[in-house]
Amino acid sequence: MPMSPAVLDLEEMQHTQAEDSGPLVTSGPANGESEHDSAWLRETRAAGWETFTALPMPVRTDENWRFASIKALSLAAFSRPLPLTEAQRNELRARSQGLDRVAGRMIFGNDQLLSREVFSEDLRQKGVIWLPLEQAAVEHPEIFKKHFMREEAILGGQKFAALHQSQARAGAFLYVPRGVEVELPLETFHWLHGANSSCFPHTLVVAEEMSKVTVIDHFASADSEAPGFACGVNDLWLGTGAHVTYVCAQDWSRHTLAFQINSTVAGRDASAKMLTLNLGGGHARGESISHLRGAGSRSDMLAVSIADGEQEFDQRTFQIHEAPHTSSDLLYKNSLDDKARTIFSGLIRVDRKAHQTDAYQKVRNLLLSDEAEANSAPGLEIEANDVRCTHGATSGQIEGEELFYLQSRGINRADAQRLIVLGFVQEVIDRIGNDQIAACLGERVQAKFEGSRRSR
Amino acid sequence: MTTDTATEIGIDRNVGDFSYPESHAYDAGYGLTPATIDYISKVKDEAEWIREFRHRALDVFNSKPMPTHWASKDLNSIVFENIRYYLANGQRATRSWDEVPDDVKRTFERLGIPEQERKFLAGVEAQFDSEAVYSNIKKAVGDQGVIFCGPADGLRDHPEIFRKWFGKVIPTGDNKFSALNSAVFSGGSFIYVPPGVKVKHPLQAYFRINAENFGQFERTLIIADEGAEVMYMEGCTAPKFETATLHSAVVELVALKGAKIQYVTVQNWSANVFNLVTKRAIAHEEAEVKWIDCNIGSRLTMKYPGVVLKGRKSRGEVLSIALANDGQHQDTGAKMIHAADETSSNIISKSISIGKGRSTYRGLVHIPKHLKGCRNNTECDALLINSNSRTDTYPAITVRGTGNSSQHEASVSQVSAEQIFYMQQRGLTKAQAMSLSVNGFVNDLVRQFPMEYSVELKRLIDLEMEGSVG
Repeated sequence: MPMSPAVLDLEEMQHTQAEDSGPLVTSGPANGESEHDSAWLRETRAAGWETFTALPMPVRTDENWRFASIKALSLAAFSRPLPLTEAQRNELRARSQGLDRVAGRMIFGNDQLLSREVFSEDLRQKGVIWLPLEQAAVEHPEIFKKHFMREEAILGGQKFAALHQSQARAGAFLYVPRGVEVELPLETFHWLHGANSSCFPHTLVVAEEMSKVTVIDHFASADSEAPGFACGVNDLWLGTGAHVTYVCAQDWSRHTLAFQINSTVAGRDASAKMLTLNLGGGHARGESISHLRGAGSRSDMLAVSIADGEQEFDQRTFQIHEAPHTSSDLLYKNSLDDKARTIFSGLIRVDRKAHQTDAYQKVRNLLLSDEAEANSAPGLEIEANDVRCTHGATSGQIEGEELFYLQSRGINRADAQRLIVLGFVQEVIDRIGNDQIAACLGERVQAKFEGSRRSR
Repeated sequence: MTTDTATEIGIDRNVGDFSYPESHAYDAGYGLTPATIDYISKVKDEAEWIREFRHRALDVFNSKPMPTHWASKDLNSIVFENIRYYLANGQRATRSWDEVPDDVKRTFERLGIPEQERKFLAGVEAQFDSEAVYSNIKKAVGDQGVIFCGPADGLRDHPEIFRKWFGKVIPTGDNKFSALNSAVFSGGSFIYVPPGVKVKHPLQAYFRINAENFGQFERTLIIADEGAEVMYMEGCTAPKFETATLHSAVVELVALKGAKIQYVTVQNWSANVFNLVTKRAIAHEEAEVKWIDCNIGSRLTMKYPGVVLKGRKSRGEVLSIALANDGQHQDTGAKMIHAADETSSNIISKSISIGKGRSTYRGLVHIPKHLKGCRNNTECDALLINSNSRTDTYPAITVRGTGNSSQHEASVSQVSAEQIFYMQQRGLTKAQAMSLSVNGFVNDLVRQFPMEYSVELKRLIDLEMEGSVG
């Protein structure tokens, strides 16, 4: 594979922004681009809006929101995705620096498609469909309808999933045909730009039988101080024997309220791997569900959260074993500094028929300050007896001896602490099994430590 | 293990399944109104402040919703209007075994109380429906200044000791059922152990529900003064009635500086009893509180013994064994609230689900900020015997700051087919093999129980396997 620049497809979008940018909560469902909008998608958005307005906001007594700061959830301040000037589009395009070698790259800013580049001949020759959401809905209606917003958000975020559905315009739709392996990752950028703007990134991956693909989403805010609202959904569908690796690297501004709702549906003998990197956001909530639907399927659920300041990372997970001989392995690691809070609430459910299940769940919290708070609620619900399920949750701090050792080697205390945290999270990042991605994520963690928010 | 062994392993609950015709001199009737409370208070000739306390509690009870947003929906099957809240024959606990009415005596003889008392019990309080019928502390314990009586006697005769802590460890409004208990409590044990006194033998109580549609609401308060040590054991049984019965106790423990309290429960209610119990302890400096909790009976048990670690270097422990068979849900667990430096807590929970039984572990560990040197260890192991058994684990752990650590581990497994096969080819029957395997699963925990209870538990498990061949 050549070192990219041979761009095969390059579309730089120049469309006009006609919409007003009124308050989000009274805006109604989003209108799509006229040339790229399907009637079905319009109806689906309207239905989403109806559900969104009908559902109540979460309350503190709701078990799915236990420990969470409900007060942080107000949407009143946010507007619809703000329009961008040409200069702003160019700036965001230039700042979209991700992996060195990718098969394709899409860039969205405030839900508007800024560019779509295809570098790999593979994609076209092998029938891979990789399109912006709205275009996919028009050009491939059957596959799109079958998979778009088809799994319910059951971890408390129903209202926000419905809001997403009502506003969904941006994101990448990927269809990998039977037996096709896409060697290089496909990457998508989503930017929030301007004060109080919102965005609704959607990623939909449909991997057919025995196919293989890696996808990475980069989320960031153009201005690290700007308040904003991000409400994304990523759904992964794996056919028989398919392998999908999905990475979501989130670095929203510290004044962003962010939701990311995932469902992964793994078919027979399929293997899904998902890693979330949480760096930004003021209050960032992730809901991730793995449906082990086909016998012999496997899901690896991974997350690294580096929390500091007054950040709150709220992560809810659900490993649902619906078929026999399935396995799931969850490893979430949180590093907490300053007054940061993390919440991990996870559940493993083994259905009656899901014998020979092997499920594992582990959350580890590393507390770096006296004000940090880690909440863990790892749960099990087991209805089959021929299973092996274990979970563990630990909370602790860096041992004085470890720091002393590094300090005695001439490393100052702050650096020593960072090194230890890096080592702590590296184990999770390495499990993604892709050196290029691991290096990229490692650099972002370091960049956060260095305190200088990247200006990409 | 896919064969259905539900019939092979059914815990024996017949030991307590007998009842006698009821003829109660006092009966508050069905349903719960302010008049019920006035009746109870009048019959018990209580002080005005207790009557007011009960009335306030009733208001709290009525104002609180059922906690079904997290707990089992089965709670909604309780029809509070169909329950009798107070039944009794006489007011004072009799001191001598001879004075106990014959039919009541027969009940307790079948439970084996006097015999056990002779063997190792320092004092026995047996509660039959609402009131204690027999109470006797061995002279030696009484001479040491230990007070062992019911709540009515305790609050009347020793207000200076008991009133200070009554309702303080578990406030009325703690939850809906602690409020219910506070409104209609009757019977239970109030114990005070003076400074430095180490009660050699365990104090013991039996609770039994004899009447249908009856709710039992005993109240226990144990205060171990500085450096004192005491062990308390309670057993519970009820005959099988057609309709649901409610047991809702409040148990408060206070371990003052350097004191040690061990509280042992073997709960074997029949399978139509809703057993909704609030148990909590406060451990002061260097005190130790240990809850040993065995839940074998009941339809639905919800019980999460807790320790508030209030004093420096205090220690809390919960050892829990739950066994859920067909139609049973054992929703048990533990709470550890760390509120001082260098406190440590340990929770070990083992559950066995048989047939369609469901066992749940629910835990709470809280280590707030600015504490140093706090440690928590939690281990939950679940064993599933049949393919339609169910087990859940819902721990919640909050840790703040850099000076503390917490670890939680849980596992779910089944009886290994290889183990059973190995034992069978050595000549054991399948039932014996299962028995051995299940006993092995709980063994390390049972070994920490008082001897007579560990023997009883082992025997109970063995009983299940007996005659299960074929």
